[in-house]
Order: sequence, then C-alpha cells, then structure tokens
Amino acid sequence: MLRIEALQPDGLSPVTLDVERGECLVVQGPSGGGKTLLLRAIADLDPCPGEALLDGESRTAMAGPEWRRRVRYVAADSGWWADRVAAHFADWTALVRQRGTLGLPAESGDWPVARLSTGERQRLALLRAVEHEPRVLLLDEPTSGLDAATRDLAEALLDTLRRSGVTLVWVTHDPDQAARVATRRMKLNEGQLEAA
Amino acid sequence: MSQYIRLDNLDLVLAAMLLLLNGGLSVALRLGLERSLIIATLRMVLQLGLVAFILRALFATVSPWLTIGVALVMMAFAGREILARQERPLTGWWSWGLGVSCMATAAGLVTVFSLATQIQPHPWYNPRFAIPLLGMVLGNTMTGIALGLDTLTASVVNDARAIEARIALGHPRLQALRAPAQRAVRSALMPTINTMAAAGIVALPGMMTGQILAGVDPIDATRYQLLIMFLIAGGTALGAFTAVVGGVFRLTDPRHRLRLDRLRAHGRRGPA
Repeated sequence: MLRIEALQPDGLSPVTLDVERGECLVVQGPSGGGKTLLLRAIADLDPCPGEALLDGESRTAMAGPEWRRRVRYVAADSGWWADRVAAHFADWTALVRQRGTLGLPAESGDWPVARLSTGERQRLALLRAVEHEPRVLLLDEPTSGLDAATRDLAEALLDTLRRSGVTLVWVTHDPDQAARVATRRMKLNEGQLEAA
Repeated sequence: MSQYIRLDNLDLVLAAMLLLLNGGLSVALRLGLERSLIIATLRMVLQLGLVAFILRALFATVSPWLTIGVALVMMAFAGREILARQERPLTGWWSWGLGVSCMATAAGLVTVFSLATQIQPHPWYNPRFAIPLLGMVLGNTMTGIALGLDTLTASVVNDARAIEARIALGHPRLQALRAPAQRAVRSALMPTINTMAAAGIVALPGMMTGQILAGVDPIDATRYQLLIMFLIAGGTALGAFTAVVGGVFRLTDPRHRLRLDRLRAHGRRGPA
C-alpha cells in the first residue's frame, strides 16, 4: 500500500492519501493545477514537505534511487540519453512479453532514438518503466500521443500489471479513459485534492 | 645568462607608435575602436607597470607572508574571472567558492610540488620563483575550471529531461549525470592538449621566447617550457576534475534529485 502523509508540493494544499495494492487511482483536473507536481513529489523528484511510505516503509529510511525503483514516475515527455533504444534498458531481452503487449517489434531495440515517433517514444518509455517490476507506477498522461489502437494496447499492459498487484496513480485529461481504467477517481482543483 | 639587451622608455615609445596604425585604421574604416584602443593601451601600461613595481618590491623582501598574500590576491581575482565566465552560475557563493577552492588546491599543490622537487630555490617560497610559476599554472587552471563548470551547467540544463528520466528510473546521481560530467572535463582539458600538440610548430611559447630573448640557451629555455606545460596539464586536470565533481554534487542532493533551482536564472558572461 502506498501511503502519502501531508505531502505538500509547491502551491498545493497538503495531500494525505492511501492507495491500495492493485488500485488504479485516476487524478484529473485543469491544466496547470499541479497534477504533475503531485506525481513528482510522490516519486521524490522535488524537495517538498511531507512523507510517503510503501507497505509501511518510509522513503526517508531508504536512498532516493531505491525509492524510485519501487515508486516509478513516468513523465509525459520522455527523456533519452543514448543513441539506441536498447541502451536505455538494463536487459532489453527480458521484456519480450510486455514488448509484445505494447505492439513493439523485436527489432525496436535497435531503433535510433532520434527517429522515434511520439507514440513509439511513449510506449518505449512505458516499457522502460516496468523493467525490474516497480510496485507503484505514477503515470503522467501515458497515452496522450497514441492512436486508439495502441492506446488500448498500453491500457491492456497497465491493466495486467494492476491485476498482478501493481498500484497505479494515473493522470489523464480524457474522461473516457478515466472511466475505463479507474478503480477510484480524484480531482485536483485549486490546489486541493478531493474525491470525484 | 644575464646577457640580455635592456630596453629603455624611448624604445617602448617607438614601438608604441605602431598603435597609431591601429588607430588610423579604425578612423579610416570607421570601426569605432579608437576609444577601446586608447583605454586598453592605457590599462595595459598601467597594470603591467604596477605589477613590475610590486614584483620588484616583493622580490626584494623575500617574505613568506607577503608571498602568500600576493598568491591569495591572485586566486581571488581568478575566482572572479571564473564566475564571470559562467552563463548559468550556481546560486550564492558556490561558483566562486567551488572555483577558488579547486583552483587554489590544484595550482597550489602543483606549484609547491615543482618548487620542492625540480626548482628548489632558497628559500623554497622565494617569490621570484613561486609567484611567476603560480601565475602561469593559475591562469591555465582557471581557464580549465571556468570551461568545465560552464560546460557542466549548460549540459545539465540542456539534458535535464534525459537526466530526470534516469533519476526517475532509480539511477544514482553520478550515473545520471555521467554524460554532462564527461563533456565538462573533456572541454576543460582540450585547450591544454591542443596547446601541447601545437607547441613549437604554430608558435614559440611566450615564456620560452622571453627566456631566449633574455639570453638563456634554447635547450634550457625549452626545458623550462616543458616543465611549465607539465605543471599546467597536471594542475588543470586536478582542478577541473574536482570542480566538475563538486558541481555534480551541488547540482544534485543527497536524495539524488536534480536541483536546477541551484542555478541562477539569469547569467552574465564576462570577457572570454
């Protein structure tokens, strides 16, 4: 279970929240309302007051990288640091099943990053994030650049993960998607996170 | 060794006439450089003249405290120069402090190493040897550190998305910032490597030329030049490496977060 205690990103009221294993909490709200800041704060990417615990273990009790391997943030704009796709994975060959679910061919590991389309980047960033089985995924508009068919593939992968016990915190602007994937919905409005 | 031809003030006045050529060119082609030319010339004459008298007085006293004092003043000015060459300096005193501490440690160590082993003047802190040596090592270490820190901050800002992607995946900070750090150290070391590769072919190094004009045998002058280049290479490597590593730590925090908020928003760039 992911527990958030009085976590307060810049400009937001303190957030206290429990998200159970296998839950998909969808967070909606107007642009610029702090949804990204909230996800980043949970992943411990920006300094801010408050506490976060995973299965009773406080993040301050472990190193930052250790926390982020368990509670993984997937940015809306993915970043890439090497020339080829496979170099961004610890073991490209280990993810055959997930890669197939996302509709990515085996040779996509050799693709140059500079030639990836928006949708390919987004799916590969998602694939990269599920490596080493994180316990929580913090998803920032994970399908915004995908067409309906590939979006369904991404949703299918995330649904499989959720059923296996992964916790999802999912930010989306798409009300239909929210209705499809959410087990619980909240709204971030004027710095206040409330049930929707 | 002291068989050199002295210059008197009239010689210099004659040589300074060449500047009229610059001035004439500027007027004829409307370059608008007259003012800068006059100011730069006056500054050079005054600054060098002042340094000459200070050095003469310093060399006459051979005091360890005065030598250390002059060295500290040189380092403080060099620190300001490092800061002026940063497009996005670190907030607060960090760029100056990091630059000065790394530069002072590297240039100081290398200079003392050379004084203690190769040159061995009496006493070892004799300013006639310590100050020129420190000046040459310091100038180059300063350039290396300034380039290294400037490249580091520029690359980290440029690659922020890729760095944060690595951090979000759980990579520790030294791994996440490895590419910008490598780029920074490389750009800090390239000028020294280029100078070494071109030495003697493209131009005779200034110090060696000076010694030859002062009557030193070319072989001996070359030995001195090589010694200086080795000291410069070592000092620059040590200073730039420590400054870049320090910069990497300052741009991240113990939670391994990227801290771009520790860079000043609006930088300034001084004369390069």
